[in-house]
Amino acid sequence: MSATTTLSTTSTSRENFQSLMRTVGMLPVLILLMIGFGLIADSFFTVQNFSIIAQQASINIVLAAGMTFVILTGGIDLSVGSILAAAAVVALIVSGIPDIGMLGIMAALLTGLVFGLINGGLIAFLKLPPFIVTLGALTAVRGIARLIGDDKTVFNPDLPFAFIGNDSILGVPWLVVIATLVIIGSWFILRRTVLGLHIYSVGSNPEAARLSGIKVWKILLFAYAMSGLLAGLGAVMTSSRLMAANGLQLGQSYELDAIAAVILGGTSFVGGVGTIVGTLIGALIIAVLTNGLVLVGVSDIWQYIIKGLVIIGAVALDRYRQSGART
Amino acid sequence: MSGKESMKPVLEMRCISKTFPGVKALRDVSLTLYPGEVHSLMGENGAGKSTLMKILSGAYTADAGCEIHIDGQAVVIDGPQSARDLGVAVIYQELALCPSLTVAENIYLGRELHHGPRIARREMEAACAGILTRLGAGFRPNTVVSTLSIAERQLVEIARAMLGKARILVMDEPTTPLSSRETDRLFDLIRKLRDEGMAIVYVSHRMAEIYELSDRVSVLRDGSYVGTLERAELSADSLVRMMVGRDISGFYKKEHVPFDPGKVVLSVRKVADGRRVKPSSFDLHAGEVLGIAGLVGAGRTELARLIFGADERISGDIEIEGAPVRIRNPLDAINAGMVYLTEDRKGRGLFLDMSVRDNINVCACSRDARSGGVLNLVRANERANAAIRDLEIKVPNSKVNVGALSGGNQQKVLLSRLLEIQPRVLILDEPTRGVDIGAKSEIYRIINELARSGVGVIVISSELPEIVGTADRVLVMREGELVGELGGYSGRAITQESIIELATGAGRDEETLKQAA
Repeated sequence: MSATTTLSTTSTSRENFQSLMRTVGMLPVLILLMIGFGLIADSFFTVQNFSIIAQQASINIVLAAGMTFVILTGGIDLSVGSILAAAAVVALIVSGIPDIGMLGIMAALLTGLVFGLINGGLIAFLKLPPFIVTLGALTAVRGIARLIGDDKTVFNPDLPFAFIGNDSILGVPWLVVIATLVIIGSWFILRRTVLGLHIYSVGSNPEAARLSGIKVWKILLFAYAMSGLLAGLGAVMTSSRLMAANGLQLGQSYELDAIAAVILGGTSFVGGVGTIVGTLIGALIIAVLTNGLVLVGVSDIWQYIIKGLVIIGAVALDRYRQSGART
Repeated sequence: MSGKESMKPVLEMRCISKTFPGVKALRDVSLTLYPGEVHSLMGENGAGKSTLMKILSGAYTADAGCEIHIDGQAVVIDGPQSARDLGVAVIYQELALCPSLTVAENIYLGRELHHGPRIARREMEAACAGILTRLGAGFRPNTVVSTLSIAERQLVEIARAMLGKARILVMDEPTTPLSSRETDRLFDLIRKLRDEGMAIVYVSHRMAEIYELSDRVSVLRDGSYVGTLERAELSADSLVRMMVGRDISGFYKKEHVPFDPGKVVLSVRKVADGRRVKPSSFDLHAGEVLGIAGLVGAGRTELARLIFGADERISGDIEIEGAPVRIRNPLDAINAGMVYLTEDRKGRGLFLDMSVRDNINVCACSRDARSGGVLNLVRANERANAAIRDLEIKVPNSKVNVGALSGGNQQKVLLSRLLEIQPRVLILDEPTRGVDIGAKSEIYRIINELARSGVGVIVISSELPEIVGTADRVLVMREGELVGELGGYSGRAITQESIIELATGAGRDEETLKQAA
């Protein structure tokens, strides 16, 4: 009897350790990167630089949060960059209407939501592969963004919601506040609601989810709609900073950074496993890396190469670490 | 098998131990294998059978101090490749074939014949044809594997083992996915291989098979070696005693009170899907355990899935407690108080990379939820802990991933998910498949308890003793049709023979009816 008790205690503490390692995930990589850059560049560990990193990371955090929902269901959303561009152009155009310029925010969110719903509808009801649907949307929505903006850059020097991109509240930039709220909201949905449990279930085993009475189509629709909506929010954040939007250039390859953040965060590509905190850490790794490489004075070309290698290396390390912890 | 004392063992495993962090999975286990014998390995789930076989196949490395001798020579097995080189082949439960490649390509996978860079497909197929003929396979080397049945895929695996000149063949529950006819054919083949001098380790839970096939049986319990019985010493009683360390008398005993024929909980009328299931009608009463028997492929699972709304039906009406219900999908069925336990626990039942708690709560959480769909975690923990306690699920805590549990415990988790909905109709499809004896008797106890409380239970099973032992009434299916009823007021007794007769449409060879229990 006492032997059994000891056995279960040790296995519990081992499992606790493992779950801790899973939760912590890539945090050690982030910390190591920060220490490394701190040693090389004096200006790295300053309040001002951290504020810059947080602002640079904020848009990718928002997109990656949406991407986390999608990847957790076992899907992918390649269209977020294009949706962001289209929503930003719409936001700028609406913001130019006198008196109701603030509605630009709503317009951007709505644009993102609609495109997300279309993606989700095609995937949930027509059962088309997510990769194909969102690859198509990546191209088509980019075209729509250019069409809406008449293929020109839309400016608004008196953007009514410019404060989002430039001001702070209690010393914290609005962009960072928004990203933080998105992370908290996403965490709450994934970890504390029935919907969240069902998202994990669908990603883990869609057939079992269906037999358990879960409406799989609802979950898929929600995930892509969320991703679209958050791309719309990203559009508000970007355009409020630039006070301009260009349908051709804005948001190019943003989807890749968002996917990289999710994967760095330890979310499984086949769905069902992953956390929003991991995604946050993943997005911060990318931002710290970009910022640090600039501070150190690495050329643009080498930044790309190093970033790519770090992503592959970090995930390889994670696999190795997890397989070591399992047995 | 005769005169094996004079024979040299082909394999001796001595003092095999395996320690995982915090757990001693095997403790000084020994196993001796002679050429030309079928040596069965029995034990409850978690007894160490799989671990021992994984050491033999090189998937695990044994602790220091273990000795493995092949043909009297001490060998080191440090990986799957070295096991293969030593003549050890394993046919796993989950077959490891590439479905899109041909039979020959699969058999030669990883050791393809080639002339320079060019693959020698014709030579490979010619060599395979020889092996397939020897195995009595009815398909050709250039057939694509995805078009083969599971039984045929097993033959491909066996052919692969023979090509590798395997002398020790490990089969882990090979009959689980097979119909009884396919099982017979597999047994013939196993005997043939044995007579040709192959040493076969046969892992199974099914007593009848062990009985029919084994020359010797070794039993493991809790990671330790209990003993080996010669064929002449075999008896169900002694095996069960060795496996569980206690007597399980009244194993299949029906305890529930006779059901109330006046109260129909589920009424199925002319349900059909136009393909595998012909119009089927029956009633299920409150407190009744209704068995649905039939050969594999007779349409039992398909019928259950139609009733549950998992597949689309083209016709038919369903009433629950006298009221017509529209069932278009599983959610409708669940809302009407009917739940279905799938036969495919891992593929269609569990969320393997999610916790025990979440697996148990995934259905009930919607009902528990606070406003706005916020999870009631207090309630979720209570439910999970109560289920772990009541169903005796062996798990350190409810946060462990369900994928890490043994088959029996996984089944209990899945079952408790359904019970949390408090169903009035419970459809159990192969409820004890791949489950050890301890968990089996637990599941029977639960069935009895539910029936006593007035739930209507349908048990679909390929194990005849299980049907005979648990059901008040039995419906038999053949080729998509309900062809007969036993027990109840039919006036015909429920026996294995009468079920087989109805299921096959004729009296069958007496030999196949022999059962251990």
